[in-house]
Amino acid sequence: MEKLSGSEMVVRSLVDEGVEFIFGYPGGAVLHIYDALFKSKSIPHILVRHEQAATHAADGYARATGKPGVVLVTSGPGATNAITGVATAYMDSIPMVVLSGQVATHLIGEDAFQETDMIGVSRPIVKHSFQVRHASDIPITIKKAFHLASTGRPGPVVIDIPKDLTKPDELFEYSYPETVKLRSYFPARRGHMGQIKKAVRLLLGARRPIIYAGGGVILGGASDLLRELAECVNFPVTNTLMGLGSFPASSSQFLGMLGMHGFYEANMAMHNSDVILAIGVRFDDRVTNTVSKFCPGAQIIHIDIDPASISKTVPADLPIVGEVSTILTEMLKQLKEENRKINSIVEKNSLDDWWRQIQIWRKENGLWSDRRYPESEHIMPQQVIECLYRVTHGDAFVTSDVGQHQMFAAQYYRFEKANRWINSGGLGTMGFGLPAAMGVQLAFPDQTVVCVTGEGSIQMNIQELSTCTQYNLPLKIVNLRNNYLGMVRQWQDMQYEGRHAMSTYEDSLPDFTKLVSAYGHLGFEIKELADLEDIMKEAFSMKDKLVFLDISVDPAEHVYPMHVAPNGAMNDMWLSKSKRS
Amino acid sequence: MRRIVSVLLENESGALSRVVGLFSQRGYNIETLNVAPTEDPTLSRLTLTTIGDDKTIEQITKQLNKLVDVVKLVDLTEGSHLERDLMLVKIRTGAEQREEIKRTVDIFRGQIVDVGPEIYIVQIVGTGDKLDSFISAIGYAEVLEVARSGVAGISRGDKILSV
Ligand SMILES: Cc1ncc(C[n+]2csc(CCOP(=O)(O)OP(=O)(O)O)c2C)c(N)n1
Ligand SMILES: [Mg+2]
Repeated sequence: MEKLSGSEMVVRSLVDEGVEFIFGYPGGAVLHIYDALFKSKSIPHILVRHEQAATHAADGYARATGKPGVVLVTSGPGATNAITGVATAYMDSIPMVVLSGQVATHLIGEDAFQETDMIGVSRPIVKHSFQVRHASDIPITIKKAFHLASTGRPGPVVIDIPKDLTKPDELFEYSYPETVKLRSYFPARRGHMGQIKKAVRLLLGARRPIIYAGGGVILGGASDLLRELAECVNFPVTNTLMGLGSFPASSSQFLGMLGMHGFYEANMAMHNSDVILAIGVRFDDRVTNTVSKFCPGAQIIHIDIDPASISKTVPADLPIVGEVSTILTEMLKQLKEENRKINSIVEKNSLDDWWRQIQIWRKENGLWSDRRYPESEHIMPQQVIECLYRVTHGDAFVTSDVGQHQMFAAQYYRFEKANRWINSGGLGTMGFGLPAAMGVQLAFPDQTVVCVTGEGSIQMNIQELSTCTQYNLPLKIVNLRNNYLGMVRQWQDMQYEGRHAMSTYEDSLPDFTKLVSAYGHLGFEIKELADLEDIMKEAFSMKDKLVFLDISVDPAEHVYPMHVAPNGAMNDMWLSKSKRS
Repeated sequence: MRRIVSVLLENESGALSRVVGLFSQRGYNIETLNVAPTEDPTLSRLTLTTIGDDKTIEQITKQLNKLVDVVKLVDLTEGSHLERDLMLVKIRTGAEQREEIKRTVDIFRGQIVDVGPEIYIVQIVGTGDKLDSFISAIGYAEVLEVARSGVAGISRGDKILSV
């Protein structure tokens, strides 16, 4: 049997796991591993400029490819810098394996130089974590970590490795386990047949049904099945922020996003529905508004792989726990059989009234049926996203940061495919967009990757422009510059009588075009609507350059619709600064 | 409602802190906590009592089950079960009180497990209620220190919590 050192085993295990990229940053506790990686030349390593960016880049890679992202950081500050990215991945159930160095075993607990209890610090934001005790456990631990990160409800897994276990001069017999079994871990697979049968009957009897589909559909690779199911029963479909792309936006059955900044027709249809088919969603507070007023007339069928998601906030009438793909497959099979059997009893047009009502809502206030934002002397942020959609033919990978620009991107970029909309939905992490885009671009070097950002968010990880230079990542960065922490300002306008506490920068913003050119990239300023489309087209035609578009947009614009809070229901929305639903 | 949840836990470092952390992280309370290795050295048995409505208890058991270190768990209060808490009480006693203390201990079927010139250590085993009543009953004496194990529990009959 082959004999390897601890650090060689780390690298070989990652190779045998099929890892394509490592995102990381070196330091004392991981130098043995970096040396082994250097010598083996087996896996490309992306050197970020801040460990937070390593986790976001690995996260972006994972969201775009469905494969776990891999991070390597040193102990202490390296590990703690990575934490925000781990929490971001945890909240959105993204598969990730984080290898953190640790001080040598004999120093643990002594407040040694760069010692942080990474297992303790990361505990509430990981699916699981390991601290390796013996070098010979390295391969099996890595195997377990990938297994846990990528199966069931995915999530980040931390492996903490004390430095002494990676010594180059101590060798161990190496073999990488092909499978792994954990006696306490059996993620649900097939849904309960009886429950699926009941669900099918409920669906066929529905007169005001809606499908509420989220990130779980994308994570479970079930977008095609969702589409087939929705078409089979002709139900309207709404997506959560995390679910965008799981159902094609161009479909006439698509009602857009739901929730706090969801589409009028989506929120109205949810509120007035009689049956909700909830798939891979978690009834997040940004969706439901006041839980006690949530969809009063609806019976809820909830499909999820995580039993703890069922009835956590909103009670489910008919829970089905298991893999979305196997459950939808079975549902479709039964639906088709049932449909054939009862076709004579149920009128074909049983949903006509419902669709008529939805068309009325769409016409009244649908974001896509008419221009719904005010005229202005400024470029409107919505116009920028509409333009971006046209210029990229709706086919780009779009990452975003957090704020108004994120919501405008979610509302106005009409996603056709899964895994293309990449944003921090659960944690809402400013600074996510740029590093996440790096991960996506590395996975898909020939595709167009756009980061939609704001002047606040981009500065949270702006240093990554240097990483983009090093690895020639031709990202397109669309900066919706409203000169405010816009989303904060919006809340201050609406709830604090317009007192803008700390939501502006008082003329301290950098000249972004100069800044990006200092990093070796290209930047354009856009101030006039007349220039927008031409410059954007030019930027996107430059296939091998990173181009930063610094676009001045209306600083006073708000994101609408917006749920009325507190105490509002799904159908209580502000539709503009003066109009309520 | 009060619940007793028994958990078979991987006997590994960090496992206990994941369970305890889960409770504080999600705002659940722990009334008592008892943990020790089982006959299988790779497993610990952890028993905790908590108070919550049905919805909270359902979430607690689901969230516990999600922890990779949790091998199995049972809500003992769902069925017929036995629960025991062990208490050691250090009592100051003058010569004139000794007889009365001894009588009280007998009523509670406890034992005096250590005797000093002015000190008794009493051991009582039973449900939490019984231990509480003992403390009230002994109120006439000076209680110096109380140590309780927390509830350990097991279901009656042939229902078994094992791997
Ligand atoms: C790391 C972090 N800190 C603070 C916040 C709170 N927050 C949410 S949106 C926002 C403003 C974002 O400003 P900008 O990036 O310019 O986007 P805009 O809303 O103006 O489009 C802030 C501060 C956050 N989401 N993340
Ligand atoms: Mg801004």
